[in-house]
Amino acid sequence: METRPNLYYSKEHEWVRAEGNLAYIGITDYAQNSLGSIVYAEVPKKGKVLSKDQVMGVVESVKAASDVYCPISGTVVEANEALADAPELMNESPYENHIAVLSIQNPGELKELMNQAEYEEFTKEE
Amino acid sequence: MDRRTPLYDLQKAMGAKFTSFGGWELPVSYTDIIKEHHHVRTKAGLFDVSHMGEILVTGKDAKDFINSLITNDITPVPDGKALYSPMCYENGTVVDDILIYKFSDIELLLIVNAGNIEKDEAWIRSRAFGDVRIENLSDRFVQLALQGPLAETVMKKLCGKDTELPKFFRFTEVELLGMKVLLSRTGYTGEDGFEIYLWLPNPCADPKKLWDGLLEAGKDEGICPSGLGARDTLRLEAALPLYGHELSDAITPMEVGLQRFVKLEKNSFIGKEALFTESRQLKRKLYGFEMLDRGIPRNGYEVLKDGKPLGYVTSGGIMPTLSQNGGLALLEDTGLSAGDLIQVIIRDRSCSAKIVPVPFYGKKYKK
Repeated sequence: METRPNLYYSKEHEWVRAEGNLAYIGITDYAQNSLGSIVYAEVPKKGKVLSKDQVMGVVESVKAASDVYCPISGTVVEANEALADAPELMNESPYENHIAVLSIQNPGELKELMNQAEYEEFTKEE
Repeated sequence: MDRRTPLYDLQKAMGAKFTSFGGWELPVSYTDIIKEHHHVRTKAGLFDVSHMGEILVTGKDAKDFINSLITNDITPVPDGKALYSPMCYENGTVVDDILIYKFSDIELLLIVNAGNIEKDEAWIRSRAFGDVRIENLSDRFVQLALQGPLAETVMKKLCGKDTELPKFFRFTEVELLGMKVLLSRTGYTGEDGFEIYLWLPNPCADPKKLWDGLLEAGKDEGICPSGLGARDTLRLEAALPLYGHELSDAITPMEVGLQRFVKLEKNSFIGKEALFTESRQLKRKLYGFEMLDRGIPRNGYEVLKDGKPLGYVTSGGIMPTLSQNGGLALLEDTGLSAGDLIQVIIRDRSCSAKIVPVPFYGKKYKK
């Protein structure tokens, strides 16, 4: 499974890329591989205030719907509407296709997430 | 602890992803569900369906006994032909939907759903009469399904040009790769194809050799192993019922469009009175629907019409061949027509859909 340096990772297999006070959030390669073909995606609305661990969206595979959990608290400044028409982009390039961009409410929450090495260790045990 | 078929190790080595189904750990896909689905519709796919159950009924009264259990009529069925039928309780709801392979009036093999094997055996034993013997042989069969437009080509290669392949819903014994198997022209995908039963106690029986041999024989045709995920999307497009969804102990065959398998003129069978009464006044009906709004309908989702709750989705999902999402819904209105609008509640959101005729995908059986 591919992981990227310079990203934060959650236990629910989301990744976070922090750029200034913005956080780009998506699902990891491990997540898209477990799901299989993603056939539907629901992204959050612009302006939505999300707390850490709150459900921020849904990705559906052929067999089931899976909630996407917000890894850190923030407000949605942009949602990737392209995923609505092409949810398979998350399978093809999970790290290039974010679900939403949040303005970070509490940068301290980033420390609670895993780094690349920790996430790789985590996925080995799953 | 889930059971595994004799092909588990082989399938794991091929990279299959597994799921739990009816007490079995089975491949849900080998590559990707949608790829496998398209493959079966355009070329050929090989399924391991060994989880299905086999119950043999023999004896002087076997035929009459089976006929008392099922809603369909076995009497006109010739030896060497299979029959599909619901098997009902006295109240007309369904114990299981089964295939009956008629070897003769005194020997019939019932193919039952994996999750119902014990229940069915107990039910059948409890209703037995006369000179009949009932044997649960489920552990002694490996069952494979070869389905798709090129299935016949592959099977011809393996059987040799002198062997005549069975016609639709007929079965025969053939030799494949040095093993005697029961070969039937049946399936659960809406495509032409075969189901292959290998009797394990036979000294020549080698399930792995059979599996590998079929994949090898079909290499030029582009055969690929296919899992339960594709099996479900394929049967949904063909609007084939799944026990636990379209049929159950709370649903009758009349409500879900299976009237042609209920022979009310037959002498007597368990559930006849209840089904006869119901046939005069159906309260619910199964409809096919296609989503208009974005969203994937799934089993259990509520269905409304003009804001009024009307029923629920029995099976739903994506339909890759038709490039649409849709499903089947059991609704308390028997007068709806194709084109009528309904709403499917998907995660608290009301999504619009329309009633469409079934099957969604026209079956390609070679009759």
